[in-house]
Amino acid sequence: MTDQLIQLIPLFPLLAVILNGLLGTRYSHDFAHRLAWGSVGLSFLCTVGVFVDILRTGVSHEVIAYRWIFGGDLTVNLAYLVDPLTCIMLLVVTGVGLLIHIYSVGYMHGEAGFTRFFTYMNLFMVSMLLLVMGNNYVVLFIGWEGVGLCSYLLIGYYYTKVSAAKAASKAFVVNRIGDAGFLLAIFLVFINFKTLDYTKVFAQVGQLSPEMATAIALCLLVGAIGKSAQLPLYTWLPDAMEGPTPVSALIHAATMVTAGVYMIVRNHAIFDMSSTAMFWVGTIGGITALFAATIGLVQTDIKRVLAYSTVSQLGYMFLGCGIGAYTAAIFHLMTHAFFKALLFLAAGSVIHALSGEQDIRKMGGLKSKIPWTYRLFLIGTIAIAGIPPLAGFWSKDEILAHAFTHEHYVLYGMAAIGALLTSFYMFRLVYLTFYGTSRMDHHTEEHVHESPMVMVGPLLALGVLSILGGFLGFPPDQGWLHQFLAPVAGAVGEHEVSPGLVLTLMMVATGIALVGWGLAHYFYSVNRSVPDRLAEQFQAVYTTVLNKYYVDELYDLLWVEPIKKLGLLLDWFDRTVIDGLVRAVAHVTDLAAAGSTWAEKYVIYGGLNVIGYGNHLAARQWRQLQSGMVHHYAAIIVAGLFLLAVIIQLIMQL
Amino acid sequence: MIPLSAYVAVSAVLFITGLLGVVIRRNFIIVLMSVEIMLNAANINLVAFSYYLESMAGQLVALFIIAIAAGEAAIGLAIIIVVFRGKISTNVDEMNLLKW
Repeated sequence: MTDQLIQLIPLFPLLAVILNGLLGTRYSHDFAHRLAWGSVGLSFLCTVGVFVDILRTGVSHEVIAYRWIFGGDLTVNLAYLVDPLTCIMLLVVTGVGLLIHIYSVGYMHGEAGFTRFFTYMNLFMVSMLLLVMGNNYVVLFIGWEGVGLCSYLLIGYYYTKVSAAKAASKAFVVNRIGDAGFLLAIFLVFINFKTLDYTKVFAQVGQLSPEMATAIALCLLVGAIGKSAQLPLYTWLPDAMEGPTPVSALIHAATMVTAGVYMIVRNHAIFDMSSTAMFWVGTIGGITALFAATIGLVQTDIKRVLAYSTVSQLGYMFLGCGIGAYTAAIFHLMTHAFFKALLFLAAGSVIHALSGEQDIRKMGGLKSKIPWTYRLFLIGTIAIAGIPPLAGFWSKDEILAHAFTHEHYVLYGMAAIGALLTSFYMFRLVYLTFYGTSRMDHHTEEHVHESPMVMVGPLLALGVLSILGGFLGFPPDQGWLHQFLAPVAGAVGEHEVSPGLVLTLMMVATGIALVGWGLAHYFYSVNRSVPDRLAEQFQAVYTTVLNKYYVDELYDLLWVEPIKKLGLLLDWFDRTVIDGLVRAVAHVTDLAAAGSTWAEKYVIYGGLNVIGYGNHLAARQWRQLQSGMVHHYAAIIVAGLFLLAVIIQLIMQL
Repeated sequence: MIPLSAYVAVSAVLFITGLLGVVIRRNFIIVLMSVEIMLNAANINLVAFSYYLESMAGQLVALFIIAIAAGEAAIGLAIIIVVFRGKISTNVDEMNLLKW
């Protein structure tokens, strides 16, 4: 029964993709969106069924849906592995996915390409479900590429907009770098284990040499970095905000970008064998968490702030993985999905209310105008800032606590400063958007309206999840989630941690968050001239951060432009040399054809014409014979007779 | 008994006479008459050989030829009359329309 349910989960959205994709133009938008979110809802129901079963029995399910490739050493099935880790991911993906789909119905209302949007969204759901459900690396990779494709399609949803098209290609190309690493990792796994199934690989992971484990883990890490937008491949994610806001919420905050974290946790058996790889996971995570947070401080586009915040929070998850706190990483992944989806959707609601305005410098004073959006945005902010008892606090604090108790003090320091910055920039966003006086132009201000129920409803659900989600992991390290994930995400080496230390760390974390809030309050509510003064005072620093440390420009200079030049060179080579050769061959053929034509015209036809003309001339002579005079004919007959007689005589004599 | 060669000789002379008449003379009626002469030369030959070989087949064919010659003369004269009406002439040289 459960096996059938598992197979059904990705099937519903697939069906919706096929229907909406092929026939979407033949029926109304209403039917199309019902099909879209209905299918996700059915998937969610199936997921809940599977989840309840696993919760009750505690047995992981491995279902082969289709025997796909078998030959030689290689056997690849379209098969699903549903264990507690997959269960959590499934619940997050289908649950948050469903809410965002419903929200999209309101948000995308009246947009051109409404059905196309939902087709892509459903396709994304299918890919994401394959990604988290696959029982082997190939299915994971299919999902991995599928979500990348949908990300590309949805970032470029407004494809007539140049910036959107560019952002889409950028996301796609940057992800390719990570995917190359991931592919190498898959090849290495296959060479070493002769199988690609997780269960078989992890069963014999002990035979791996440490060097090989490091190689595989680092290749996997490259893949995860690309997909989860970590340093140095994070640049695509902020640009990905060109897509519609629900896309940012679903793909670029809640689900797809966490695929890297999921992949690392899934492969933690390999990572555990290599301290080098773990060091790099943690370091990259820590640096990204801090680095992205600093950029988030000064951005003025509401969605870009959230994007950098996402990059930063993903950094926390990597940091958690890097110190072996896999459960904490998944915990943060889950809570982050709740509150970041909430924040993005609330931001979408703000943008919707302001008819498309995304610049926080042109907002302000929206608190009373869109009260529900305000309240929910505030809940999301408190959750991400890490103020208890909301969701973000528990998960982030757990990562911080693990970093501290495992004596990764540098990482702890980075994460703590990052947390301070997170709290600061999120409250900055709140103050600039909802408080103070309005900086909107008159026309926009007149049209400000609260979003319809279809948008506020999902926000409310996510708000509740953002408030309560943290208690799944309460009390720290012994929560329900930890026990549920214990079989797959292996508990970290047991440290005897005194309750006092845990409590102290919690208080420190809360203190950090509150300080961030206080600073934001002071800067953007009490004394508004401070930010400008600071910006003036530290002009160089400010512009550098505002321009995102010029990383994009640096990449342009280092890679993009040279590669473009290489492309131009190759283009030139192709056009001149290869095409030249082709053209030369064509030219020779052309000449030969012309020669043949000439020969045919003048030699062959000429010869035939000569014969013909000769005949013609002869005929002109011969026809003189037919004079029309009977006696001529008679004479000729007589002469012929005579001749015949002579010939016969001669033959007879022979 | 007149030898066969005498018959053949008379026949040959008659035939040559007819042939020359056809080729040389320009008057349509003379040409027609010459054709009759040639036919009769052939008849003499046939009858002579019939007698000489003691077979009736030759005489039979000769009778056929006489009948055909009569028909031919009738048609020929009819053509001459028609042509004469158009051309007021019986000169064969003027009847040269049947050519390229």
